[in-house]
Amino acid sequence: MIELQDLRVTFGRGTPMETPALRGISLAIPTGQFVTVIGSNGAGKTTLLNVLSGETPLDSGHVLIDGTDVTPWPTHRRAELVARVFQDPMTGSCANLTIAENLGLAGARGRFRRFRPAVGKTLREEARGRVARLGLGLEDRLDDPMELLSGGQRQAVSLLMATMNPMKILLLDEHTAALDPKIGAFVVGLTRDVVGERQLTTLMVTHSMRQALDVGERTVMLHEGQVVLDVSGDERKGLTVEDLLHMFEKVRGQELDDDALLLG
Amino acid sequence: MSLIAVLGTVETGLIFGLVALGVYLSFRILQFPDLTVDGSFPLGAAVSAVLIVGAGVNPFLATGVACVAGAAAGLMTAWLNVRLKILHLLASILTMIALYSINLRIMGRPNIALLGETTVFTPLDALGVSTYVAVPAALFVLVVAAKLAMDWFLNSEVGLAMRATGANARMARAQGINTNFYTLLGMAISNALVALAGALFAQSQGAADVTMGVGVIVVGLAAVIGGEAVILPRTIFLATLACVTGSLLYRLAVALALNAEFIGLKAQDLNLITALLVAAAMVLPSVRAPVKRALKGDKRIVGPLK
Repeated sequence: MIELQDLRVTFGRGTPMETPALRGISLAIPTGQFVTVIGSNGAGKTTLLNVLSGETPLDSGHVLIDGTDVTPWPTHRRAELVARVFQDPMTGSCANLTIAENLGLAGARGRFRRFRPAVGKTLREEARGRVARLGLGLEDRLDDPMELLSGGQRQAVSLLMATMNPMKILLLDEHTAALDPKIGAFVVGLTRDVVGERQLTTLMVTHSMRQALDVGERTVMLHEGQVVLDVSGDERKGLTVEDLLHMFEKVRGQELDDDALLLG
Repeated sequence: MSLIAVLGTVETGLIFGLVALGVYLSFRILQFPDLTVDGSFPLGAAVSAVLIVGAGVNPFLATGVACVAGAAAGLMTAWLNVRLKILHLLASILTMIALYSINLRIMGRPNIALLGETTVFTPLDALGVSTYVAVPAALFVLVVAAKLAMDWFLNSEVGLAMRATGANARMARAQGINTNFYTLLGMAISNALVALAGALFAQSQGAADVTMGVGVIVVGLAAVIGGEAVILPRTIFLATLACVTGSLLYRLAVALALNAEFIGLKAQDLNLITALLVAAAMVLPSVRAPVKRALKGDKRIVGPLK
């Protein structure tokens, strides 16, 4: 169970550029649930993930993972419980390290790193097995540096890396946004398989309303740092992209009305 | 050049091979441009010289203490950077400047002669081989051992975490790597190696001098970059081999340049030659590709270098 309690973040506090990014977000995500998050630019989607992973400090609020308050934990410590795939394929892995070495790094997430070869026989076997399942022919290229891979291949390997060791929550930050549609669909399919098979608690941020409704079992819409929609179950099944767009317009429209009132 | 001069050059080249390994660790692995080495090199020399001459300490122990002192200097720079958030380059300059005073304090005077003292090279006399041969041979064994140890370390789980720290810190943290810790550790090891080189250099040259650190960083860089121009660093094994090779080649190139009477270069031109060599080595990789293409008769316009 992941509990987010009244998360508040303001960037550039005390400067003319002061921007509230999260304005009191509370969410409870039961273990094993796959949640998709949508919202326009600046809605706070990425900030929310950064708060969960510990990269962005909170002004106030708490992040609880299985009852443990991890709010003061730095990113590297939270990595024991939180795994992540970044939007930019270049961020999720080390370009100058080989595929095997990248998987070796990920295979030590959440445990003490020792003075022993990082890419040993066991790891190589495991890496080969996992990479082979991608069906991209990468199992014969374990010693190729990551930079020789395409964006889609890198994202697929990043997903493997994130899910190599156990975690309490998997964060996916628009991980298909930088890919061409075909490869993007492949990575989404892969995500579904991995998450479904291991019943991972997952928070996936996406730009695509289609994806937000098609994937996962609960959809949260953020707007200006607040949750404006939270649907799951039958209510969500009946939703179409048009409905979602409509709701989105409505939220923004209300804002406009408020402004109109203020100005009037 | 006489054989003795060549062996002397190899000896210096091997000692600076240790500097090159240290600089490789900070510059290439951690991506931390570290000028501390200009201070930690004479620091190693000063600590070992004072302990050997002033306190009569066993030279091996004295050299070990010099390494620890170098590690402390590296930790200082890294701490200024990761804790106090001072820009890495500036943090290293601050430590370097501070070390100039500290080295003077340690020695109590600008230089200490080590001639006739028992040094780490003294036991070699018992071999009955000329020191001109024995010292480079012993240093060769040491540098190869250091290179192999570095290879092993950088391929271990800990070393891999350090490589990730330098290559992609954000990803490293997401994989549970405490990047601050690995920066501190890497900088300590790097400067310990440089201090070791300083201690060995003082003992082989017969003196420790407070100004002996000037330009060590450039020599180290010349070795790293020059080595990479000669040996493509596709693996860690090749990269560290390139460092040591680069150091030897650099020393030989300088010795040849200074010895060739017709060029008219003198010892005081050393730093100028070094700067030119580093600049040439840095441009080489970007020139190589267009030149290769031109040689193959490629009609494409040769673009700007970089």
